[in-house]
Amino acid sequence: MSEMILKKGSSRKSAYDLRKDQSYKEATHTFSILVDNEAGVLARIVDLFAGRGFNIESLTVTEVDHTGHRSRITIVSTGGDDVIQQIRAQVQNVIPVHEIFDLTTDGPSVARELALHVLKVREANIEAARAAAQAFQSKELGVGAGCLVFEQSGTPHEIDELFDRLRPLGELEVARTGVVGLKLPQ
Amino acid sequence: MSNQPPAPSDPGPAATTGSNRLDGLMTGAEIVIQALKDHDVSVVFGYPGGAILPIYDSLPKGASNLIHHVLVRHEQGALHAAEGYARATGKPGVVFVTSGPGVTNSVTGLADAKMDSVPVIVISGQVPTFMIGTDAFQEADSVGITRSCTKHNWLVQDTNEIAEVIHSAFHIATSGRPGPVLIDLPKDVQIALGKYEPPSKLHRQRYQPVMTPDTDNVETLAEWMETAERPIFYTGGGVINSGEAASARLRELVDATGFPITSTVMGLGSYPASGKHWLSMLGMHGSYEANLAMHGCDLMINVGARFDDRITGRIADFSPNSRKAHIDIDPASINKVIKVELGILGDAAISLEMLLEAWKRRGGRTNRPALRRWWQQIDEWRAKDCFRYRANAEEIKPQYALERLQALTKDLDRFVTTEVGQHQMWAAQFLHFEEPRRWQTSGGLGTMGYGFPSSLGIQLAHPGSLVINIAGEASWLMNMQEMSTAVQENAPVKQFILNNGYLGMVRQWQGLLHEGNYSQSWCSSLPDFVQLARAFGWKGITVSQPDKLDDAIRDMLSYEGPVILDCRVTKEENCFPMIPAGKPHNEMWFEPPASGDEPQSVTV
Ligand SMILES: Cc1ncc(C[n+]2csc(CCOP(=O)(O)OP(=O)(O)O)c2C)c(N)n1
Ligand SMILES: [Mg+2]
Repeated sequence: MSEMILKKGSSRKSAYDLRKDQSYKEATHTFSILVDNEAGVLARIVDLFAGRGFNIESLTVTEVDHTGHRSRITIVSTGGDDVIQQIRAQVQNVIPVHEIFDLTTDGPSVARELALHVLKVREANIEAARAAAQAFQSKELGVGAGCLVFEQSGTPHEIDELFDRLRPLGELEVARTGVVGLKLPQ
Repeated sequence: MSNQPPAPSDPGPAATTGSNRLDGLMTGAEIVIQALKDHDVSVVFGYPGGAILPIYDSLPKGASNLIHHVLVRHEQGALHAAEGYARATGKPGVVFVTSGPGVTNSVTGLADAKMDSVPVIVISGQVPTFMIGTDAFQEADSVGITRSCTKHNWLVQDTNEIAEVIHSAFHIATSGRPGPVLIDLPKDVQIALGKYEPPSKLHRQRYQPVMTPDTDNVETLAEWMETAERPIFYTGGGVINSGEAASARLRELVDATGFPITSTVMGLGSYPASGKHWLSMLGMHGSYEANLAMHGCDLMINVGARFDDRITGRIADFSPNSRKAHIDIDPASINKVIKVELGILGDAAISLEMLLEAWKRRGGRTNRPALRRWWQQIDEWRAKDCFRYRANAEEIKPQYALERLQALTKDLDRFVTTEVGQHQMWAAQFLHFEEPRRWQTSGGLGTMGYGFPSSLGIQLAHPGSLVINIAGEASWLMNMQEMSTAVQENAPVKQFILNNGYLGMVRQWQGLLHEGNYSQSWCSSLPDFVQLARAFGWKGITVSQPDKLDDAIRDMLSYEGPVILDCRVTKEENCFPMIPAGKPHNEMWFEPPASGDEPQSVTV
């Protein structure tokens, strides 16, 4: 029997090579999926991603057509080209799925995220916080005492940025919706 | 029939169609039965329980009964029997099970059918809608549990929706890449009244897989076929699923081009084993010539196969110098594992028909001189006679047993199924199939316990045919309870057990890959299969000497009822050739020259 040459990443007791053969570049893609809003439809999509080891970086869903009962799901995922292509093909095979667009590659699209920043802030920092929020065109909501609440919509990156600027100014908590996106008419 | 229970004195007039009520409404259970009739279902495999009793109550009785219910002895048996029926006929297999354990017992069969693309429709009882979520008696989240092992599933909460769901279920299970579906019906939904709509009244189903491939892609492949120097057809279960026309077109195309052809274990029979261009099965235990031809080809034409890891070995070294075309009905199967230069999305029969037509229209050319050299090379590989084994006058070699079985049954109207293990791979190597749908095995999931119940399903579809399950003794025990079903159904299935006393395939891996640590691969307490057979009213035969084998097989074949043939074979035989998992096609292990030696590793 020939000596098994075991590569790093494979286990000694198995002949499987557990490493990916090709080194490939991963990229982040945003998918917009239109589905029938029926019981369990979100679970079907989420199970598919979990079961096949696809990433979910963010996920939003709600009914967008109240007469036809359809929901739009936006999923942000990361993977190599092969994975991204599989995601699209596998999602397309889910019966209640009407259509899936890869907003990252299928032509012009828009994508935004909504965040609520709640900052418990000392007097001295209020002005700095407001200035930061203004720089990102986020709206101050007049709720709560002893804290500032900013509603921000923008790209995930912009939300990260405002978060980073607010953090030194007090105790900060954030809630984010995840990206919603849509393709634009061409 | 002697095995039927005594008939009730007056079964009463059975409803044949529709409702007996003035308002035309029917109970959910009656709707189920009516829908099955409208889809020409004649056999249902099932097992009753509380949550599905209304449906059992509506099963038609007496002479008007067009639906024959087969009472299995375990729900897994029902699923595999339905798979056997479906794969032998091309029609969907239908199953009734109860809630909770009825569904959980079905899961293996659903997963098996999903992997091997078998159309199966399971109708499961569920606790009443008002109890769902309360951990009611025999409640399980059936749609949740079966979501990833069905093509689609439904929980129906309104009796008026049952008909439409069943019609969709038939459509989804049987179109595109076929697969199992499950319809969960709460008991109150089965009892309530609702309207039935026949299938014809239905809107066009939204699920419409692409059947006709892109003509440009077909044209490109035809062009590649003209110049290829070392082409090969690599076909799979998709050709069989696509129907008889696909096998017919494949034969025409192979014979017209003169290209060699190999197939996965799922596709055996779509091209005849006696065909001139046949290289035998490929893959982990496939033939030397098929695997080397796949490795060395310059044009690979995959029709309805999915580049399973048992086929590809190590991905990075898979057929490194070929252009690959992949015809498949499932868009997710193209470029999933192996990146291909040309994906052709469509039905196998239609695609092959178009390919044949395009190639002929362009002049029907091939690169003859190169093809001749290619065949010379292949013939050299063939000369290795890779399935050769060392015969033995004292012991029955499993390969010998299958050779004899092949010799004695090849001209019969024969269906073969298998369990999972060494015997399965030897059966694929040593039995030869001339027609599609004559051979089935659990290819994708590798389910021990598949073979026996599936043989029952086949026999119910083809009562007059010879149905043989090639079994390992360990696998066979996994669903042996169905012996009772076989008797009740008068199903004369033949169980050809290659009894090596081991979980043979496990033992083989332990020997070759785990330094001979034979951990838990030996069964010390096997039953006396002859007595076991008798206990259920079967015939039992045992044979351990090579010179008695033919008589034993003839005995089995001539008996009109079900038979176990306990064929005691060499205990420690290994199945070769073998490409160890994760190795490339050109690193293959063969039978060692003398017993006790390590297998020869050959790198070509
Ligand atoms: C349900 C299930 N459990 C475990 C396995 C792993 N397995 C594959 S082959 C095998 C041994 C099969 O033994 P037997 O049926 O006697 O066949 P043999 O290999 O001896 O011919 C086992 C345990 C499996 N395939 N299916
Ligand atoms: Mg065994």
